[in-house]
Amino acid sequence: MAQTRFALIAAAGVLASTLLVGCERLPMDTQQVGYRGTGMEQVTNPRIVAANAPRHVAPPVLDPADASGPRASQAYQNVKVLGHLSVGEFTRTMIAITNWVSPEQGCVYCHNPANFADDSMQTKIVSRRMVQMTQEINSTWKNHVVDTGVTCYTCHRGKNVPEYKWFADPPAPSAGRMLGNDFGQNKAGKKSVGNASLPYDPFTPYFLGKDEIRFTATTALPVNAQVPLKQAEVTHALMIHMSEGLGVGCVNCHNTRAFAEWSQSPPARVQSWYGIRMVREVNNVFMVPLTPGQPKERLGRTGDIAKVNCTTCHQGVNKPLNGAKMLTAHPELAKPAGAPVRTSALSELPLSLIKPAN
Amino acid sequence: MKKTLFPVPYYQNLFTKVRVNAPVFPGVPLERERDTAERAGGIHAHVLARFGNAQIGPIYLGFLGVASLIFFVIGFTSIGWNMLVQVNYSPIEFVKQLFWLSVDPPSAKYGLQLPPLNEGGWWLFAGFFITVSILLWWARVYRRARALGLGTHVAWAFAAAIWLFLVLGLFRPVLMGSWSEAVPFGIFSHLDWTTAFSLRYGNLFYNPFHMLSIVFLYGSVLLFAMHAGTILAVSRYGGDREIEQIYDRGTASERAALFWRWTMGFNASMESVHRWAWWFAVLTCITGGIGILLTGTVVDNWYLWAVKHGVAPAYPEIWGPIIDPAVAK
Repeated sequence: MAQTRFALIAAAGVLASTLLVGCERLPMDTQQVGYRGTGMEQVTNPRIVAANAPRHVAPPVLDPADASGPRASQAYQNVKVLGHLSVGEFTRTMIAITNWVSPEQGCVYCHNPANFADDSMQTKIVSRRMVQMTQEINSTWKNHVVDTGVTCYTCHRGKNVPEYKWFADPPAPSAGRMLGNDFGQNKAGKKSVGNASLPYDPFTPYFLGKDEIRFTATTALPVNAQVPLKQAEVTHALMIHMSEGLGVGCVNCHNTRAFAEWSQSPPARVQSWYGIRMVREVNNVFMVPLTPGQPKERLGRTGDIAKVNCTTCHQGVNKPLNGAKMLTAHPELAKPAGAPVRTSALSELPLSLIKPAN
Repeated sequence: MKKTLFPVPYYQNLFTKVRVNAPVFPGVPLERERDTAERAGGIHAHVLARFGNAQIGPIYLGFLGVASLIFFVIGFTSIGWNMLVQVNYSPIEFVKQLFWLSVDPPSAKYGLQLPPLNEGGWWLFAGFFITVSILLWWARVYRRARALGLGTHVAWAFAAAIWLFLVLGLFRPVLMGSWSEAVPFGIFSHLDWTTAFSLRYGNLFYNPFHMLSIVFLYGSVLLFAMHAGTILAVSRYGGDREIEQIYDRGTASERAALFWRWTMGFNASMESVHRWAWWFAVLTCITGGIGILLTGTVVDNWYLWAVKHGVAPAYPEIWGPIIDPAVAK
C-alpha cells in the first residue's frame, strides 16, 4: 500500500513537472510603470532578453566622409535622390547600404556592373524608393521614430528582404463550402497573433486599410450607435501583434483597468498611435505601388508584395536595435533634399480600393 | 483497525483497504409501478469503489432522456463536422487544433435574421439543438427527482445555470438585436469572447453583478472546502452520515459545531450548511446572468458607469496630460 501510494505520488510529480516544461523559468524582472498599486508592471525574462541581445546590436559606423568637393549629381549620372551629397558622402552612403542590405552580393545586387547609372535593375528602382521612404519616415513621422529615426538596417539587418513582413492570406479551404467557415480566426500556430485563436489577419484592415480600431463605448449608458462586439476581437488581434512585435505587455500603452481611456494611458500609446498610421502609409505609398515588376518568388500566395508591420523594425524589442541612434551618422537619410515625397492621399482610400485582388 | 485516541471505527472512502461488496440494492418501492421496475439492474465495478459507490446503474433514460440525447447529438456533431471541415477533414489537424476550432455566431449585419448556414447559420442550428437538449434534460432531472419522492433542489440549481446559459446565448442577443453578440462554440473562442466582452463594455470588473457573482463563486469554493473539511474531520465519529446527524445530533455534530464556534464564534448547523452552499452556488449563476443581461442593454461602459457612481477611484496623473492624438490633430 505504502509502495503504491509512493508510486502514485511520484507519477503525479513527474506529470506535474512535465506540464511545467513549457513554462519560462523564474525569476522574472518586474518593472513598475504606473502608479503604485495599480498593477502597471512590465514583466520581462532577463535570460531571454540576454540571449536575444546580440540580435539587437547596431553595426559599426563608417568613418565620416569629406563633405566638400563636387556633388554626386555632378560627378555621376542619374542620381535622383542623394545628388546633393558630396562624392565622398555619396560613396559612403552606398557602402553603408551595401553593408546593411546586400553584404553578400555587393554593389551588383542593385547596379548593372557595366553601367552603374542604368535603371534597368528592378532592385535599384526599389532601393531608390526605399531611400525616399526612409527620409520620409525620419522627417514626417518623428511622432513615432523621434530623433532616433530609422535606417535601412533597422529592418534589413544584412538581408536583401527584411525577415519580418506580412502577406495576405489566401482564402480558407472551407470558403465556398456549405460548412466549416472559420471567419478568418480560430487557427493554431498563427504567428501574426502569437498563436492566439483571434482573427489571424489584423494587418489588411489596419495596416493597409483604415478600419476603425476603437470599439469601447465612450459613454456609461448606451446612448450612441453601438460597435458590434466582434469588432473587439479584430482590434485585440492587432494589439497582440503589437505586443509580440515589441516584446511588451498591455501596460506598455494601456492602463488595463480602462484600456480605452487616453488620460490614464502611458505616453507610449500616443507614439504607437502614430506608428500604426506610419505603417499604413509605408505600405500604401511605398510598398504596394512597387508590386509590378517584383519577381514571383518575392510575392505572397495571393500575388501581393511583402508589407510592413510592427515587427519589421522592432523585431521583438520595445525600441528597435534597443534604441541605437544609427541615424546620427547618416544625416542624408534624415530628410529629403527637396520637397517631401509624401503622397498621403493614398492612405485615405477606403480598404476596398487598395485591397490586393485575390 | 487503526489505533486511535478514540475507539471508533476509522473509515475512509478513498485509500481504504476495506471495500463493501453486496448484492445490488434495489431500494424502497416507489409510488408508480413503472418507476419501481426501473430500479432493477446495475453492476458492481471494483475500481469505482476507490472513488465512490461501486454500483453502476440502473440508468433511467425514458422519453425525456432519449429526446435530450438525440437533440444533443445533432447539435454536438454539427459543431464537430464544422470543425472537421475547418481543418480540411484532417484527423491529425483536428486533434492538434481542437482547442482553437470554433463555430461562430453570424456577423452583426445579419441582426436577428436567419443567416446562410455557413455564415453563422450553423451556430444557430447547433445552439437550437443544444438548448432544447438542455431544457429536456432539465425536465428529466425534475421528473426523476419527483419519481423518487425527492425535493427538486437539484433541478432548480441546474435551472440557475441554464438561466446564465440562456442569457449569454439567447436573451441578451435578442435584446441587443443581433446574434453576433452571442458566445461562440469553441474552447479558446469562448474565452476570446469573454475578453472581447469585457473590453467592449469597459471592463466587466466594474459591473456590480459581476462582483456579486465572483463573491458567490469564491464563497461557494470556501463553503465547499469548509464543509467538506468539517465532515471528513468528524467522519471518525460517524459525521459522514450527515442526514442522521440532522435529526439525531451525535458527538460528530457536536464536535464540528464547537470547532467552528471556537474558531469563528458561530457555526452553521448540519442542515443549514447545505442551504448556504446551495444558495451560494445558485446565486453565482443568477447574479452573473443579471450582470451579463445588463451589459450593452442598459450600461455600455462599466468603467465609466463606475466613475459616474463613485465606484472607480481616481489615481494621480503621473505622465502629465496624455491627449488622444485623434482629437489633438
